[in-house]
Amino acid sequence: MKSEPEMNRISRRNRTTDRFMTGIFYAVAGFILLLLLAFVGYTLYNGFAGFTPDMLSFTAEGVGNQLFNTVYLVILALLISVPAGILAGIYLSEYAQDTKMTRFIRICVETLSSLPSIVIGLFGYLVFILMTHARWNLLAGALAVSILCLPLITITTVDAFRALPAEYKEGSLALGATHWESIVHMLLPACIPRIMTGVILAAGRGFGEAAALLYTAGMSTDLNWSNWNLTSPTCPLNPMRPGETLALQIWASRTESIAANSTQIANLCSAILILMVLGFSILARALSRHLDKKATGTAQ
Amino acid sequence: MKGKNRFRREYAGRAVVTAFGIFMIAVTFAIGIFLAYKGLGTFTTYKHSLMEFLFSAHWNPADDFQGGGAVGAAIFIVGSLSTCGLALLIVVPFSLASAIFLTEISPRFGAHFFQPAIEIFVGIPSVVYGWVGTSVLVPAIRKAFHLQVGYGVLAASLVLAVMIYPSITTVAADAIRSVPQGYREASYGMGSTRWQTIRRIVLPNAKSGILTGIILGLARAFGEALAVAMVIGQMKAFPRNIFSPTSNLTATIAADMGGAAEGGEYNTALWTIALLLFFISLLFIFLIHLVSGKVEHSNEK
Repeated sequence: MKSEPEMNRISRRNRTTDRFMTGIFYAVAGFILLLLLAFVGYTLYNGFAGFTPDMLSFTAEGVGNQLFNTVYLVILALLISVPAGILAGIYLSEYAQDTKMTRFIRICVETLSSLPSIVIGLFGYLVFILMTHARWNLLAGALAVSILCLPLITITTVDAFRALPAEYKEGSLALGATHWESIVHMLLPACIPRIMTGVILAAGRGFGEAAALLYTAGMSTDLNWSNWNLTSPTCPLNPMRPGETLALQIWASRTESIAANSTQIANLCSAILILMVLGFSILARALSRHLDKKATGTAQ
Repeated sequence: MKGKNRFRREYAGRAVVTAFGIFMIAVTFAIGIFLAYKGLGTFTTYKHSLMEFLFSAHWNPADDFQGGGAVGAAIFIVGSLSTCGLALLIVVPFSLASAIFLTEISPRFGAHFFQPAIEIFVGIPSVVYGWVGTSVLVPAIRKAFHLQVGYGVLAASLVLAVMIYPSITTVAADAIRSVPQGYREASYGMGSTRWQTIRRIVLPNAKSGILTGIILGLARAFGEALAVAMVIGQMKAFPRNIFSPTSNLTATIAADMGGAAEGGEYNTALWTIALLLFFISLLFIFLIHLVSGKVEHSNEK
C-alpha cells in the first residue's frame, strides 16, 4: 500500500499528463485545419490572381475546352457506371446468399476499388485503344473512369439497402409483391438519396482523375465549336476524339510546358478543380443532412 | 400464362442483377488476365528471370523487339517502399491524434468542422497535390536544407502523407467509435483520467480497425502515380538519403509508357511493373482480411 502523499503525487502527475495530451490533440486538430485552409486558400488565390477572361476561352490558350471535356467525360462515365454499379449492388444486398461465390464477388469489388488508377488506365489503354485500333479518345477515358467508379457505387448501394428497415420489405412482400417488385417499387426509391451521395463522390473522383486518362483520353484537344457533325474529330460532342481534361492539363504543364503561361494555366486548373471539390462536398453534405431530417423527422 | 407472369414479375429482374454481379467478377478477372498476358512477356518472350526483375538494380530494357536489355526493377521497388514507408511514419501520429480528437476529445466540433474538412481533403485530386508539391513544397525543401534540387524522397513522402491522411483518419475514427461506451465508463469509474482511458482501453480495443485504416492508406500510397511522379525527381538511382531524387513503380509507368514501342522489351517490362502493382493490391486486400478476420475470431471466444 502506497502512502497518501505518494498517491496524491501520482494522481497529480496523471492529471498533468492528461492535460498535456489533451493540449496535443487540440494542437494537431488546429494544425490540420490550418493546413487545409492554407492549401485551399493558396490554390484559389494563385489560380485567380493573374486571371484574365481569355484563360477560360475555348481556344488553345484557354482551358474552356478542357473544362468541357472534363464534364463530358464524367457524364459519360457515370452513364455507364451508375446503372451497372446499382444493379450489381442490388444483387449483392438482396439476392446473394452467403455462398463462396458471393464472398468471391465481394473480394472482386474490394480488389477493383483498391487497384491503382494507373493500372486501370493501362488496362483501358490495352482494351479500348490497342485492341480496337482506335486513337486516344474520350470514350475510352470514360470507360476507364467508369471502372474506377463502379466499386464505389456498388458499395454505396449495398450500404444503402442494408440501412433500410426490414419492415419496408416485409410490408411489401405481405401485400403480395414479389421480391423484385418490392425492390423496384419500395426499396430502390427509398435508397435513391443515399445512392446519390455515392454518385456525387464518384463524380468527384472522376473530375480529378488523371492517371487513368493518361493513355486513354489522350493529352490533346482540338475542338471546333461550330462543327456539329458527330463523326468529325473536331466536333465537341463526338466521344471518339481525344479529350484532354483539366487534371491532365496540370500534369502536362509539369512535363511538357511549351506555352509561356503554362504555370498560370496549371494554377487556374487547380483552382477550378478545388472549387469543384468544394461544391461537390457541400452538395453531398446538404443531401445527407436532408436525408437525416427526413429519416428522423426533426429539423436541426 | 401464370408462369410467364411470374417470370416477368421476378425472374427477369433477378437474372439481370445476377448478371451484373457476375460482371464484377468478369471485370476483375479481365484486368488480371490482360495484365498477365502483357506483363509475363518479360519472362516468356524476352527470357528474363523473376529474380532479375525483383532484385537487380540494372534497368535498361531495349526499346525494340530483339530484347537483350536489363529489366531489374529493384530501384523502383525500393523507391516505392521508401516513400510509402516514410509517408506512413509521418502521417500515422497525425491521423491517430485526429481520430482521437474527433471521437474522444471534441465530438461536436469534430462532427461540424473537422469531419467536413477531412472530407474536402479526400476530394482534392491527386494532381493538384502534386502540382502544389512542385510549386511550393519542392522549392521550400531546397531552400530549407540548402540542396541543389528539392525533388526527392522527402517531397514525395510529404505529398503522399497529406494524400493518405484522410483515409487513415476516417477508418481509425470509425474503429474508435465502435469501442463500446461501457468500456470507457468502467475505466472512468475506476478513477482513470481521459488520457489513461484512451491509451489503456480505447486504443487497444480499436487496434485492428486502426491497422485496417493504415493498410488502406498504404495501398493508396502505393498506387498513386502522377502526384509522386511530379515531385520524386524521376532519377533511376537508389535513394542515398531522404533528399535524393529517385523513382518508383507508378511514376516509371506514367513517364515511360507513352514513348516505348508497343510489344518491345521496354514496353513489356513496364507491363510487368503494372502486373506487380496488381499483385501488391491483392496482397493488401489479403492483409486486410487477415487483420479483420482475427477480430471476428477473438470476438467469438
